[in-house]
Amino acid sequence: MTRTNDIILRTTTTLIAFILLGFSAYLFFAGHNAPGGGFIGGLMTSAAIVLMYMAYGIKSMEKILPINFRHVIPVGLLIAALTGVGGLLFDQPFLTQTFAYFQLPILGKTELATALLFDLGVYLAVVGVTMTIILTIANDRGEEEGV
Amino acid sequence: MIWAVLLPFIMAMFIPFVDKWRERIHTGFFVTIIPILIFIYFARFLGTGFEPLTRSYSWIPSLDINMVFHLDGLSLLFVLLISGIGALVAFYSIYYLDKSEQLGHFYVYFLLFMGSMLGVVLSDNVFVLYSFWEFTSLSSFLLIGFWNFKKESRYGALKSMLITVFGGLSLLGALVFMTVLTDTTSIQEMISQKQLILNSEYFPLILALLLLGAFTKSAQFPFHIWLPDAMEAPTPVSAYLHSATMVKAGIYLVARYSPMLSSSDWFFIIVSSVGIVTLCWGSYMAVRQVDLKGILAFSTISQLGMIMAMLGFGTKVAVFAAVFHILNHATFKGSLFMVAGIVDHETGTRDIRKLGGLMTYLPITATLAIFGTFSMAGVPLPFLNGFYSKELFFDASLHLEDIANAGFIGVLKTALPYLAVFGSIFTFVYSMYFFFGTFRGKANLSELPKKPHEAPVGMLVSPIILVLGVILIGLFPGMVNEPFIAHAASAVKGLAVSKEVYFWHGFLYPPLIMSITVLVFGTVLYLSRKQWAPVYRAIPGVLSMNKVYDGLVDRLETYSSRVTKAYMNGSIGRYVRLVLAAILIVTFAFMALTGGFTVDLSNVAPLSLPEIFVAITMVIAAVSTILTNNRITAILILGVVGYGLSMLFVLFRAPDLALTQLIVETVTVALFLLVFYHLPKLRKKEEAASTRFLNLVISIGFGAMMTMVAISAHSSKFFESISSYFLENSYKLGGGDNVVNVILVDFRGLDTLFEIVVLGIAAMAIYGLIKLPGKKEDQ
Repeated sequence: MTRTNDIILRTTTTLIAFILLGFSAYLFFAGHNAPGGGFIGGLMTSAAIVLMYMAYGIKSMEKILPINFRHVIPVGLLIAALTGVGGLLFDQPFLTQTFAYFQLPILGKTELATALLFDLGVYLAVVGVTMTIILTIANDRGEEEGV
Repeated sequence: MIWAVLLPFIMAMFIPFVDKWRERIHTGFFVTIIPILIFIYFARFLGTGFEPLTRSYSWIPSLDINMVFHLDGLSLLFVLLISGIGALVAFYSIYYLDKSEQLGHFYVYFLLFMGSMLGVVLSDNVFVLYSFWEFTSLSSFLLIGFWNFKKESRYGALKSMLITVFGGLSLLGALVFMTVLTDTTSIQEMISQKQLILNSEYFPLILALLLLGAFTKSAQFPFHIWLPDAMEAPTPVSAYLHSATMVKAGIYLVARYSPMLSSSDWFFIIVSSVGIVTLCWGSYMAVRQVDLKGILAFSTISQLGMIMAMLGFGTKVAVFAAVFHILNHATFKGSLFMVAGIVDHETGTRDIRKLGGLMTYLPITATLAIFGTFSMAGVPLPFLNGFYSKELFFDASLHLEDIANAGFIGVLKTALPYLAVFGSIFTFVYSMYFFFGTFRGKANLSELPKKPHEAPVGMLVSPIILVLGVILIGLFPGMVNEPFIAHAASAVKGLAVSKEVYFWHGFLYPPLIMSITVLVFGTVLYLSRKQWAPVYRAIPGVLSMNKVYDGLVDRLETYSSRVTKAYMNGSIGRYVRLVLAAILIVTFAFMALTGGFTVDLSNVAPLSLPEIFVAITMVIAAVSTILTNNRITAILILGVVGYGLSMLFVLFRAPDLALTQLIVETVTVALFLLVFYHLPKLRKKEEAASTRFLNLVISIGFGAMMTMVAISAHSSKFFESISSYFLENSYKLGGGDNVVNVILVDFRGLDTLFEIVVLGIAAMAIYGLIKLPGKKEDQ
């Protein structure tokens, strides 16, 4: 696989990845009231990151995004589990979710739900899992062929 | 009384500690004390005024399983035999076993055996009895295999284990049946309610199971085959287990239950005929043996058959004679085993063809052997106890007035005296063969591994005491009669039994004539044994039960391994076929039996054109995946199915599912492509036409089954769906309009939590698989 000057890919990636990340953030936050949620949001974020990997290669990506995705999985699981434990502190069963409306400075009247925290856990876990799997498998090929 | 039973077990725990001092003092001395103490404790009960007594200790009261010990005449006889001969054997073993042997192991097994044997004969609770019963099987297995470096020992131990445990388990069946029928676990109470059992429809089964247990343990035909192979054990073990104690456990069981069972004709028929067949076969086969212990093993089998036959007769005389013979047999057979051990120890061989003329070298041993063998043969001399019980046996076989004359029983009754005489003739022959073959004739010293000389005094003490027993009982039979044997016989018969034993009844006394017949024919047969020896080549060949046993064990192994290999051939394809076919058959059978297949079209939504179009595309794609030969093509076409599915989700208005399915499908296809890029080209596996046809049938059947299940499930709704609750409360309780997501993170959040855990585990597993260095040869 020879490296060609893929400037078009890189330029469009910069734009598309930005849009993708934004869209995934939207999906994540919209999940409670519209189609979307942590799972799809996580997958979409992973798609954006994968795209960046494809355009810029592993080495530069490790500089731009110095995240070990394997560590993201337990963080996500921990957040999801801890939101469950939170219910226990208020004498409620495990994984009791609640929500309330707040008057926030910029956003106005906003609903904040503990379910969102749980979804954040799902989101992180999905990003971690997807990226770990894809990078592991792709790197394995890379080692053999010396990319 | 519980301490008497527990003492050997407690001592067994300390044996490994005292074994440390074996250089200074032989471990056997500590062991010998135990049976002596027990013997003294129980000997106090001897006497004419003996009354049965019961002691009870709690074990598992809620299940009515308690340590209940009942000491009556029968138990007393056995307890004294076990402890008395146990003491003698333990003392004998001190001189027999060298200090270089694993003495600690030996005496632990020995004491375990003694304790469990005491438990068997004293227990009144059936489950306690059974526990001790299995314990005797286990400890005798360990004792037979004591020299476990010898192949024959291991074979013998395994054989005895398989046969006795088989019997033990059938015994358990009988005991459970009787417990359920009588609602008690006490043997005495069972016997007092014997009508319940005798009139039950399960009685034949109970009788069969119980007798199976007794016959296997007591080496009755055809289960006698383990006993000759158990002779690989050290000689003290053979003397103790295989002459005096364990092989009499079955006798004890039959005797214990005979107040209940003896009123049944079947009991008479089975026990008498098995006993008499064992008597004849054992004595016939004993003549053929060339090993001293082999002769004694078959002799034990035959004598046990004789006792069993007498218990089967069930008349007063027979029961008395049976109990009397239990005592007599233990004395002379114990001494003979010890004699065989001495001969083995002093000459280095037990092969009777190499032995001979040892009288001058081993005069004391030879003297002991005379008494033992002549008593075993039943020679009419007033100082041999074997004669008394044999004469009583003849007497009993002639007087079976209590038994009806009808049919088979009548025939059996007529034949019994003749068979008894026949068996006794051979008993006489092998007894003479044992004595004269070993001690008379010309000594062939060059053949012997060791130069023979008289045994040490310590080794001779035990057989001398036993032979003294033979002579004393022979001279004064009344001594043991009233205070001892009569109690035991009464316990077996269930009513008072006592019998005067005389030596002389006059010339015309029929049993004496039978004894003399035995003497005459036996002498003739013994002297002419070379002439009729060829008979042995013909008869055991076909009837050898060893061949049956070996064949059975062999065939069980070959067939079971063949069966296992037939379906466990390592092919995953076959296992999948089996699993799917099983699901298929069970589901179809269940549907057919319960009439589960229903079609109800009332609740079906109308089809729209786009749905039909998507469905047809998916079907075409699915079929082409089967037909393609190229992996990449197959994956891509499979992708079509996935995208079609997400289209269906869109059409059925499931946006979340559609989104997820779309992305997941993309990721999966990409992953497949990543992985399969490295795999070799797909090769069509050539399979037999029948296998392919089978695959076709199973897959079509499975598809049809799932379709039918789905249609039936749709057609028969038993409950209202709960989804309306989610729709109503999604916003109210969960604060969200997206019902799917609220269910996922709020109503059913636990599922989601563990689903992401599953994902995490999958990622870790893939990372581990690829990154961790595997073994070199795998690559």
